[in-house]
Amino acid sequence: MDQYPRPAEGTWTEHYPDLGTGLISYEDCVSPEFAADESEAVFKRAWLNVGRVEDVPRAGSYVTRELTFAKTSLIVVRDAQGQVRAFHNMCRHRGNKIVWTNAPSEETSGSCRTFTCKYHGWRYGLDGTCNFVQQESEFFDFDKSAFGLIPVHCDVWAGFIFVNLAESPPQSLRDFLGTMVTALDGYPFDRMTERYDFSADIACNWKLFADAFQEYYHVPILHSQEATPATRAKTQSMGFEAPHYQLDGPHRMVSTSGAPRRSWPEDFQYPIEVATRSGLFGPWDEPDLGDDLPGVNPGGIPKWAIANFQVFPNLEILIWETGWYMLYRYWPTSPTTHRYEGTLFFVPSTNASERAARECAAVMFKEFALQDAGTLEGTQKALESPAAQTVFPLSDQEILVRHLHKSVGDWVDAYRRERSEAVRHA
Amino acid sequence: MHTGVNEAKQSGMPESLLPSPFADLERFAQTWCLATEPERFAQRMASTMSEMQAFYAASFPRIGEMLAFCDAHQLGDLPDDACRLLQLVHSTIMVSMCVEIWHQPAVIDAAGARLDRVREPFP
Repeated sequence: MDQYPRPAEGTWTEHYPDLGTGLISYEDCVSPEFAADESEAVFKRAWLNVGRVEDVPRAGSYVTRELTFAKTSLIVVRDAQGQVRAFHNMCRHRGNKIVWTNAPSEETSGSCRTFTCKYHGWRYGLDGTCNFVQQESEFFDFDKSAFGLIPVHCDVWAGFIFVNLAESPPQSLRDFLGTMVTALDGYPFDRMTERYDFSADIACNWKLFADAFQEYYHVPILHSQEATPATRAKTQSMGFEAPHYQLDGPHRMVSTSGAPRRSWPEDFQYPIEVATRSGLFGPWDEPDLGDDLPGVNPGGIPKWAIANFQVFPNLEILIWETGWYMLYRYWPTSPTTHRYEGTLFFVPSTNASERAARECAAVMFKEFALQDAGTLEGTQKALESPAAQTVFPLSDQEILVRHLHKSVGDWVDAYRRERSEAVRHA
Repeated sequence: MHTGVNEAKQSGMPESLLPSPFADLERFAQTWCLATEPERFAQRMASTMSEMQAFYAASFPRIGEMLAFCDAHQLGDLPDDACRLLQLVHSTIMVSMCVEIWHQPAVIDAAGARLDRVREPFP
């Protein structure tokens, strides 16, 4: 018995006929050939979120980002005019990595007026211009203005900094994000500056981990302990059903609904949740964000609770009705491993009670994310076994899983077609 | 690193780390007044359930009073002893996961997975 109405076609999946309803393969999560093409087809062509504008608050503020899949490091910097720019982190003299602190392979951040190469002292302005060369007259037919830092396409939407490694991206950032995502324009992300950042190296393909955060079918089972013992049996027998799913190009979202956890009976909460007025669903005392929160409820469902936007390829922006949000990113580090980054963002605490409420939310987030991390490593191992040379079913509640693998597959197929055309014409 | 406890040691170690109304929690302060989540998580994983149950039994009922004490100050300007008190609340939250949810130090089914908190507010 459906708890919520579904589209006229009867299911969410059939509402989007391109998806099909067939069995799917997870070859895309184990094959080195697929991973190599996916890097070219997806990660070197799509706009990728590498941070927030708060990461580079002032002129000269910079961060470096190690993009293993592209074998490159980027400098993301705010220039003197306030524009956020991105460059390959490489000196144009003899290729030395310019910006690093403890070790060349570690990301770093800071503030400066010019970037100075540690090797021979070449200097670059915040706009990438090469403006000093040690013993310049020793070089031959040399014009240093032709040796600025190599720029990477960089743009900002709603305070989220994106880069695109393509030589000329076919779409602007805004066109790429599409109407469903950019409808969030004006959501007060900029007010949520109290951050809890997490990082993990996880032994599974990035898509498998993304899948665990874009379907809630697994929640009553793998995360049975999210429900207190008093409610666990009921939660499991009810299962999970979402009131709204939506696809827009390669992007997708799911909404959940329900009464805020604070209004549940006391034995539906853990004691620490009652004591801190917070928990897995976030602080109970909500900031006043005003009534005009655009884009958060595209399905117009009653009592929305979560709006979970999966921005292609590797970004999740999960907005809570109670006034905070989470951001996840998945960076492939090999065909069978990835680096996960997760951040919880809150309006800043004004006193210790608010700080403890945010702490409780951040602690509980980690507890249950660790269950995903432990379990998905097992999924990866199983999918690498000969038993996995088969195809697998997906339910209607897993429509977003189906859509991610299809979207990635479509981009890879398009890339492979172009490549074979290029070979034919060569 | 700003750990509170170490500072107290360096300054000749006052008799108490916590504000006087919380003298009953003093015996847990050396172990659990920890400034960062990585330290608190490591302490939890290195503790036995009976150690954490003893800490939880004493500190959990006093969370409201501890926070009320700290709330009398600006968050960014907590005196050292109040700051340590807030750290004790953070640690109570940490051990409550083991006491209330898992009934063991480790997360069930986390296997060997790690998830490092690499940036957080202070205090």
